[in-house]
Amino acid sequence: MSEPLLRVDNLTKYYGSRLGCADVSFELWPGEVLAIVGESGSGKTTLLNSLSATLEPSSGRTLYRMRDGQWRNIYELSEAERRFLVRTDWGFVHQNPADGLRMTVSAGANVGERLMAVGDRHYGRIRETALDWLGRVEIAADRIDDQPRAFSGGMRQRLQIARNLVTGPRLVFMDEPTGGLDVSVQARLLDLLRGLVGELGLAAIVVTHDLAVARLLSHRMMVMKDGYVIEAGLTDRVLDDPREPYTQLLVSSFLQV
Amino acid sequence: MAALSVQNLAKTFTMHLRDGVILPVVENVNFEVHSGECVVLGGPSGAGKSSILKMVYGNYGVDAGSITLQHHGEAVDLATADPRTVLTLRRDSIGYVSQFLRTVPRVSALDVVAEPLLIRGKDRAESQQTARNLLARLNLPERLWSLPPATFSGGEQQRVNIARGFITEHPVLLLDEPTASLDATNRAVVVAMISEKKASGVALLGIFHDEEVRAQVADRIVDVTAFAPRIAA
Amino acid sequence: MTTLPQYNFAYLDEQTKRMIRRAILKAIAIPGYQVPFSSREMPMPYGWGTGGVQVTASIIGPDDVLKVIDQGADDTTNAVSIRAFFAKVAQVETTTHTSDATIIQTRHRIPEKALSKGQVLVYQVPIPEPLRFLEPRETETRKMHALEEYGLMHVKLYEDIARHGRIATTYAYPVKVEGRYVMDPSPTPKFDNPKMHMSEALQLFGAGREHRIYAVPPHTEVVSLDFEDHPFAIQHFEQPCALCGAEQVYLDEVILDDRGGHMYVCSDTDHCEERRAAGHVGDLGVKEAAE
Repeated sequence: MSEPLLRVDNLTKYYGSRLGCADVSFELWPGEVLAIVGESGSGKTTLLNSLSATLEPSSGRTLYRMRDGQWRNIYELSEAERRFLVRTDWGFVHQNPADGLRMTVSAGANVGERLMAVGDRHYGRIRETALDWLGRVEIAADRIDDQPRAFSGGMRQRLQIARNLVTGPRLVFMDEPTGGLDVSVQARLLDLLRGLVGELGLAAIVVTHDLAVARLLSHRMMVMKDGYVIEAGLTDRVLDDPREPYTQLLVSSFLQV
Repeated sequence: MAALSVQNLAKTFTMHLRDGVILPVVENVNFEVHSGECVVLGGPSGAGKSSILKMVYGNYGVDAGSITLQHHGEAVDLATADPRTVLTLRRDSIGYVSQFLRTVPRVSALDVVAEPLLIRGKDRAESQQTARNLLARLNLPERLWSLPPATFSGGEQQRVNIARGFITEHPVLLLDEPTASLDATNRAVVVAMISEKKASGVALLGIFHDEEVRAQVADRIVDVTAFAPRIAA
Repeated sequence: MTTLPQYNFAYLDEQTKRMIRRAILKAIAIPGYQVPFSSREMPMPYGWGTGGVQVTASIIGPDDVLKVIDQGADDTTNAVSIRAFFAKVAQVETTTHTSDATIIQTRHRIPEKALSKGQVLVYQVPIPEPLRFLEPRETETRKMHALEEYGLMHVKLYEDIARHGRIATTYAYPVKVEGRYVMDPSPTPKFDNPKMHMSEALQLFGAGREHRIYAVPPHTEVVSLDFEDHPFAIQHFEQPCALCGAEQVYLDEVILDDRGGHMYVCSDTDHCEERRAAGHVGDLGVKEAAE
């Protein structure tokens, strides 16, 4: 715990002449959850995709501390290294579960795929692990052979989470993980995520426009506007004592329940 | 050496949504809280008592001044600390009993209370036992323990909140009207718990509107009106 | 007397044959790797073996002896047509005897008789990409081959076991070639997979519609994928061939009447005939000498 997991230096992404995000710098520590909030078009998804090496930034770097302790700029990894990192030490939870799941294979295989990808060749063990993870995300054991096509939105999202966490990643990216779900389903998912993140000591970067999600899940948050991080800090301080005009607007616009 | 030392603290709010109007809250806030004493912030509503408490917890930012805490034998200024340090301070050195419980869906009262111990790496069974003892002492009916507190009454939520705040052994504990919605019996329990904290060397800083409770627990009263900004905007 | 225009030897023009030979050489050099090639229009529809025919046309010489089988049989339309095609455009000798052939073009079987040094087995392949089942993007499957990301193959086998209690894939059963590339052995029954391993013959695969050629050189390791607790196993037949009495061969079911009568006979017709000629008789067979 004495070293960060991720160091981001002046990350900038242009799409042609149009700015995606600019000069983003921060560190993320093991076990820390960072929320990136802002309205649509503020650059938060561009930032997330750049951080997760889905997009190559125009300038800047993202250093990641690999399991062997080496710091590597993720944009300089070979494709093989990067893909291995993505499917073992990282997770990516998409807003739309169909983007992160294989919709035409069973729930068990969806969870087991990462294990098979790293060389597990024992069916019984893979299935046992899949069952354990389905239980942890509150999917009944008798649904293990059903395809996610037959699942509700909330179940799909929980399955996607299990699929990502099965290899014990140290860093998980989440893009609006509760977007598009009913409020009651959201609450369940949030509670589950909160529990898993705490229990597993995951570091996570969560993009959301929902401040309640940010408050419940994150330790720290960054507020983005027009591609720039305009305010950052402890989540409860940013929400309870916002400084920037835009942040104040964001906080005051949010419905209190 | 004070457990908590606040020096020259100042705070204003800039209301950007109201044409940038600046609301001064407090300035030149100076006080200390020593181990084993309970200092109560006094003054009328709107004087800035709650704001001071929130600044001391790091929940509000500060414009000037310092908030020095003893953290594992070292003096740390919470006013300028980075978020990670503030989180560590909260985990190990400074606790907070807020006025209202921020409930989390589906988490039982017992787990809400035990959580601060679990975060600090305590054994689950042991943490839950401690939580049970506290809830029993605060007379929360046992049938409620396994339920999420979202649907509890104000007084029941308050007691869950108090148990959660008191369960740890933070050397500094902040109390924001912990007895506001309690009946006389439970008020007495809380007063006794505060006395025990004092006896065990905890430095307490609180806001109590109930004069009777205040008289029972306060060693000193810091008059917040003394920190009123001199020039109104 | 007018001279009819002549086809070039073996139908394809020499430039095309050189192009295909280069692809074949590359495929042999990288066992199991799918080499793209510029597939030509052939005088037959896709699905009738245009890939295999182009490979055969590119390697065949005047001295070669060609055998063509379809599901093990020498006498089905497809096999007869392709044999006739090469007899006409290359004037090569054709045969139905496995041991006499130098080139055997096949659709979905490997002959029962072990192939020997110098023989070439040419497979007709409909879908060369074993990962296609779960990954529709060609760019992605190529990347997966390049990076040896073969977890998906096991996802397919996992699904089989989850659904059927065992690996239910019985044909086009994926193999790993020489410890590197995962390959689709074309829709041959998995019964034939072990024959590919360390074969003395050269095995070439042509997929005309998909524009791919791949190869397994002689003496190459070909291992069928499986799980530790669900090891690869070939089909097992309860009874011998009804005509020649052969065991440990791949059998086809033949319906005899409309009252459920049926028999199991060798899928490899040449193998069956040779055995019967040598005097072997099955339960429903007729002794040759008696005819």
